Amino acid sequence: MWKTVLRRILIMIPQLIILSILVFFLAKMMPGDPFSGQINPNTDPKQIEALKRAAGLYDPVPVQYARWVGNLFKGDLGTSYIQHVPVTSLIADRAVNTFWLSLFSTVISYSIAIPMGISAGRHQDEWQDQAVQIFNYITLAVPPFVFYILGIWLFGFTLGWFPISGSISPNASGFWGTLGSEIYHIILPGTLVALITTTSVVQYLRTGIVDNKVEDYVRTAHSKGVPEKVVFNKHILRNSLLPIASSFGTVITGLLSGSMIVESVFSYPGMGKLFLDSIGQRDYTTLTALILIFGFLTLLGNLLSDIIMSIVDPRIRIK
Amino acid sequence: MEKQSDLLLDIQHLHTAYRLNGKFYDAADDINLTLKRNEILSIVGESGCGKSTIASSIIGLYDHKNTKVTGDILYNELNLVGLNENLFNKIRGDKIGMIFQDPLASLNPLMRVGDQVAETLYYHTDMNEKERHNRVIELFNQVGMPKPEETFQMYPFELSGGLRQRVVIAMAIACKPEIIIADEPTTALDVTIQAQILDLLEDIQKQSQSGIILITHDLGVVAETADQVAVMYGGQIVEKADVKTVFEHPLHPYTRSLLNSMPQSEDEEEDLHVIQGTVPSLQDMPRNGDRFAARIPWIPASAHEENPVMHEVEPGHWVRCTCWKTFHFQDEVGGE
Ligand SMILES: Nc1ncnc2c1ncn2[C@@H]1O[C@H](COP(=O)(O)OP(=O)(O)OP(=O)(O)O)[C@@H](O)[C@H]1O
Ligand SMILES: [Mg+2]
Repeated sequence: MWKTVLRRILIMIPQLIILSILVFFLAKMMPGDPFSGQINPNTDPKQIEALKRAAGLYDPVPVQYARWVGNLFKGDLGTSYIQHVPVTSLIADRAVNTFWLSLFSTVISYSIAIPMGISAGRHQDEWQDQAVQIFNYITLAVPPFVFYILGIWLFGFTLGWFPISGSISPNASGFWGTLGSEIYHIILPGTLVALITTTSVVQYLRTGIVDNKVEDYVRTAHSKGVPEKVVFNKHILRNSLLPIASSFGTVITGLLSGSMIVESVFSYPGMGKLFLDSIGQRDYTTLTALILIFGFLTLLGNLLSDIIMSIVDPRIRIK
Repeated sequence: MEKQSDLLLDIQHLHTAYRLNGKFYDAADDINLTLKRNEILSIVGESGCGKSTIASSIIGLYDHKNTKVTGDILYNELNLVGLNENLFNKIRGDKIGMIFQDPLASLNPLMRVGDQVAETLYYHTDMNEKERHNRVIELFNQVGMPKPEETFQMYPFELSGGLRQRVVIAMAIACKPEIIIADEPTTALDVTIQAQILDLLEDIQKQSQSGIILITHDLGVVAETADQVAVMYGGQIVEKADVKTVFEHPLHPYTRSLLNSMPQSEDEEEDLHVIQGTVPSLQDMPRNGDRFAARIPWIPASAHEENPVMHEVEPGHWVRCTCWKTFHFQDEVGGE
């Protein structure tokens, strides 16, 4: 198995190189350079030229690329021309916020989706299944932002149970106070995201169970005298969880794109909102850095999927 | 005279009906069969004749919502029809072992094959893990597995078709069942492997003194292994006798047609008889008259009984309908 994992990690290297080249050229094509915004009309063009030359902007492209990659390894993602701060520091806090929100919604989402999928698959075509299917149609049909706005309206405004924006209350203090306030801010958006992202897991699990139930090996298990309950848990359910385990990595990608909507609606200071804000403000440095990070996380998600798959599926593990 | 205990399975008036579009249709229609110890009973017939239906009725594995089973399947005074699931699970795997057609599909792809065999032992014996492991190795040796210890740790996809079927057989015989049901155990295998697996089944039968129900559509398999033969057509048994009688003195037109369509030699030029038409689907199966009549249209309707029943034409040799008396193949001159 370690061989498979190692090979899979090695495959990621060329992927990363390609990603970095793409993002590098994207960055080059974007308007502006490190001196934009620091220059006023009175500055001597010759002086600007000299500054640019000193900063290496006229070096051959491969040299610039190498320097850019070198900076990446030092954690230097450039400086935001708009906010005049290093992009790294701009992203760091947001990344942490997005991480907690995503973690929370993922955990809740799986804890809702797995029992629902099991119940629907086990009781195929019975009322449990129908109830789950109705829920699925709703989560699929309602656009996420409508769902979030409804959630804000009901639980935020009308009932007043949860805060409707931000990631922390301004007067939170102390370790526990801060943590408590952060969690409090995550509950509503996190749960709403969780509810609306259950669809695919529920569907995978339900279909898996329904399909596996009629497989020959299940009949074999029955013919050995294995009790019904054990056949379900040990044979049917275990094999049906496989596609879910393997899709886990792609969940990351889904969360990233999903974060843009939920963070904007909730004014939650995370990476998704930062991305949209950067577009709005034409903050190209930040934008490129975020694209690089999102691309990296997507590759990481796929890597994770493949590694999980190779752990749970002997057919992949052994080859 | 045979001893009472030699009778392993006594199937009487078994009807198994499947629900299709809200109506139940008999796929096994008034089946009467017995299986004795030390006997290989072969059920033979084309695809869709209801052979697997009988097997799944015996072992009680069918969709209870859409299947109706009536009649009696007596195993030692115990009627398996409608038997409570908990009791049935004590019998399945322990007293009755089952071998299915496709050994790859029959095995859980995510479980080591050794564990799958051991699972049977877990539910029917009080062996501990070590003892179960040893028993599985012993079984793997018995079924002729080349490397038992290594194989134990393998997954189904790592084994060849023949070895997979050996695993399935090891699983079926793990608890030394009195009855083994093999539903087309060799159909999915290469010809060379088929013979090995059949030999293995025969060996097992001799060693364990069990009774085997061997379901097949291949008369070659029947000739090689069976002691008793039941020929099925359209959910009914049309002829029942010992293997010698069936091959040397077949009576029912269906049996004769099947035999005629079987290659006699390696000669590839040989003209094989082809039975006209196909087995009708469950819904289209005629429920009155001779079900096979439609496929021998040159035989006049008057030759068939109105409601064909089984006749014992000589001791132990049963044939449905009386049409066999005047039956002839289309290219033969009619009448006897
Ligand atoms: N679960 C089911 N529901 C409805 N009809 C069924 C079901 N199982 C079998 N049948 C029908 O019952 C008839 C007998 O099927 P069965 O599987 O017993 O035939 P068979 O002789 O084993 O054929 P084969 O050689 O293809 O395995 C067929 O017409 C089949 O379509
Ligand atoms: Mg069959």
